[in-house]
Amino acid sequence: MTTLSVNEKKHTVEVEADTPLLWVLRDHLNMTGTKYGCGIAQCGACTVHIDGSPQRSCVLPVSAVEGKEITTIEGLADAELLNEVQQAWLDFDVAQCGYCQSGQIMTATALLNHNSSPSDEDIDAAMSGHICRCGTYQRIREAIHHVANKPSVNVK
Amino acid sequence: MRWSLAQGFSRRSFLRGAAGGTGSLILGVKYSPAEGAIKKHSSSVINNFIRVDPDNTTTLLINYAEFGNGAYTSLAMMVAEEMDIDWNTIVLEEAPTEPKYYSPLFKEYLTAGSVTTLSAWMPMRTAGAQARDLFLRAAALKWDTDIRALDTQLGNVIERNGDRSSTYGDLLVTIEKESLTALSNVSLKNPKSFKLIGTNTKRIEGTEKVNGTAIYGIDIKLPGMLYGSVARCPVYGGKALSWNDSKTMAVKGVVKTKRISSGIVVLAKDFWSAKKGRDALEVVWDEGQNASLSSEKFYSEYKALASKPGMLAEDIGNSLKVLHETKDTIEAFYEMPYLAHACMEPMNCTAMVEQDNTDTDKISKCEIWSGTQYQSNDQEIVSKLLNIPQQSVTVHRPLIGGSFGRRASKTADFTVDAVEAANGENVPVQVIWSREEDIRGAHYRPLFVHKLRGALDDKGMPLAWHQTVVGQSIMQGTKHDPAYMVRGMDIYSLDGCLQEPFGVFRYGTSYVIPNHRVESHNPPKVGVNPHEWRAVGHTHTGIAYECFLDEMAHAGGKDPLDLRLELTKDNPRMNTVLKLLKEKTDWNTSLGEGRARGMAARIYSVSPCAQAVEITLLDNGEFSIDKVVCVIDCGIAVNPLGIESQVQGGISIGISAVAFGNIEIVDGRVQQSNFHDYNVMRINHMPEIEVHIIPSEEIPTGVGEQATAPIAPAVANAIFAASGTRVRSFPLSKHGFKLI
Repeated sequence: MTTLSVNEKKHTVEVEADTPLLWVLRDHLNMTGTKYGCGIAQCGACTVHIDGSPQRSCVLPVSAVEGKEITTIEGLADAELLNEVQQAWLDFDVAQCGYCQSGQIMTATALLNHNSSPSDEDIDAAMSGHICRCGTYQRIREAIHHVANKPSVNVK
Repeated sequence: MRWSLAQGFSRRSFLRGAAGGTGSLILGVKYSPAEGAIKKHSSSVINNFIRVDPDNTTTLLINYAEFGNGAYTSLAMMVAEEMDIDWNTIVLEEAPTEPKYYSPLFKEYLTAGSVTTLSAWMPMRTAGAQARDLFLRAAALKWDTDIRALDTQLGNVIERNGDRSSTYGDLLVTIEKESLTALSNVSLKNPKSFKLIGTNTKRIEGTEKVNGTAIYGIDIKLPGMLYGSVARCPVYGGKALSWNDSKTMAVKGVVKTKRISSGIVVLAKDFWSAKKGRDALEVVWDEGQNASLSSEKFYSEYKALASKPGMLAEDIGNSLKVLHETKDTIEAFYEMPYLAHACMEPMNCTAMVEQDNTDTDKISKCEIWSGTQYQSNDQEIVSKLLNIPQQSVTVHRPLIGGSFGRRASKTADFTVDAVEAANGENVPVQVIWSREEDIRGAHYRPLFVHKLRGALDDKGMPLAWHQTVVGQSIMQGTKHDPAYMVRGMDIYSLDGCLQEPFGVFRYGTSYVIPNHRVESHNPPKVGVNPHEWRAVGHTHTGIAYECFLDEMAHAGGKDPLDLRLELTKDNPRMNTVLKLLKEKTDWNTSLGEGRARGMAARIYSVSPCAQAVEITLLDNGEFSIDKVVCVIDCGIAVNPLGIESQVQGGISIGISAVAFGNIEIVDGRVQQSNFHDYNVMRINHMPEIEVHIIPSEEIPTGVGEQATAPIAPAVANAIFAASGTRVRSFPLSKHGFKLI
């Protein structure tokens, strides 16, 4: 039995200790917003926050996150009120197929929590671990700059 | 599945909560009994595409897939424009896989070829106009007034000079009572009076895509569902001789292993267990006849073929004579590798095969949930596979995490995996491909070799062109054979190098070269599956044609953009595009040391598109693409915001291909396996992209693939301009040019 705290809610699951968090979220907790893309931490689609820091859940054994606070894309919005990054993603019509965007938004949110006014280089450094095959990168950059230029800093 | 702009979040939450008390998700797919083109009104069915509820919600049945292409949004815009409804009251539903929903162009349920906007333009507008007309007639009857005294306003019928008004929803009672039906002949709006079409409109399914509630094929959860992971032969086409699953069965959660056509599938209670079990499987393979194949061998064979006469596709003037008589001809070979699509959502499909209640040996029906571009083909293949009528196969189409052609699978490969895995299980089975299976999935942009020869006149203008195209046919031997194989040639593989319209392609290169000869070799289809990949033929013809034209411009002392302006004098649409490109790029200004421009122009599926890139090249071969200016003429721009995103996407995937894209086959084995060795572009590689859309009143044509066609040659031409090195085999990384 493993007890996890996901989006401020406790869940108990019965899985092998080596099961990556990604598959626990998706197949055991039915939280499908976190996506499988590569399984080897190369694409970023599975990004979640572990105690506020963005991590690749596809290579993170569930045993390593017991007792830590896990935040997924489903936990960013306050009920139906999107966080500022999600709202900017909507305002800039960032998503195309949308599959990678959960991960992109998780990392962008962490970036902006940590650095209220990221430069293009900061954005490259934080976001280049993510792949978007639809090519939404320009709008991702614009959306991040947009949030950064707004007065509020903490986006979660 | 339903989406609504205003209620997306709450509606989805409701559906999830209502359907899946245990956390399982049952899709809220409910089809109306809409039958016949224009049916007598019952409940709230207006026509095949539209239902209206008493609360004034309009449900659109959408018969094209959404994989980032923006189809859901632009089709809804067409209906909303003509029907005159509030954008926030629209809900979308996938139209069922029935002939009445087939694409009028393809006569199949298929989203492909960048023709969705064109294909849907009249049907969706007509559907909207029919609905508006029906509500106007209902109000005229109800109020006993002349229909000419009435107008509509965002979901309401109003009296122009009176006080009365009614929502469409409230008029349903009158429609019912008076047995009113939609008329087939209704007039459409004059494009000059469009209010919504032509405005920047955000994705109708946007909210779901930022809050984690969007449901893709891989997110389908059904009660009792098992997950499958397939062990496949390392050589495509090989078969399992035997397998030992003792270690697999020891993995907790694994239920069973069994043979399916593509290999051995491991079924388990969650995907991780299935994959772990799959990795533990010991299989003895018969690698079959593809085990000796290699990319290098194909290149050398195809190069040899390219120097032999092929099937004659086009022979304008007399290229052979001119070339024979010319002393200084220009000659080159261009080589393009296999490319994988690498959609972010790996291939997957969920299937439920149901046995007959009375005879358990018989199958009664099959349901599949699949992110597919091509559901009529999936339905047909599954019905044959299970030997049940086609209408007994229901295809549900969730959202799709990228496709680029991959999910228009003629073999229905990933669908067949799930159906075979589910057959006999009595529970739904979801087969998910690992990224490695996806990259090695053997449905690729085929490997091509082009041989080009050219001659210039005494003014340095192209006088003769001779192109020989060698590569496996995508269409030969498929059900598309009759339409695409013309005089034994796959015209798909020639799209983009023929000067005049040919077969189903009703456009040429848009250039006029007086002597123009194109020959084709389609060598035997062995090895992997040649498959459509965003922009299809242009992904190789574009590079070969536009780079060689650049070579000829250079040899003739011509500016490459001015040369193209000259060659397109008789093609006003492309000529206008090129003129604007020249203006917007400040083409004649110098960029300074280490920087250079390159350009290319292509016409794919009717829409002309031209691009110029600016690059910076360092001494060590590293280069950055700093800016791309793209000009496109796609007729009426239905959704400029969507067009801009399609152009950005088309350019992005084209840059990935030209800079890094390379699937290599050695001893029948695909060498690449995941994103660490099949590199694609990332945010740090992304140029600034400027998009200019030519204002037009022409019928809207495609944008999805158009921007992919010119970008690769534009980048390669810029590399030449910056370095003097002409790259003729791809990707650029093969020659030390590394995109940073």
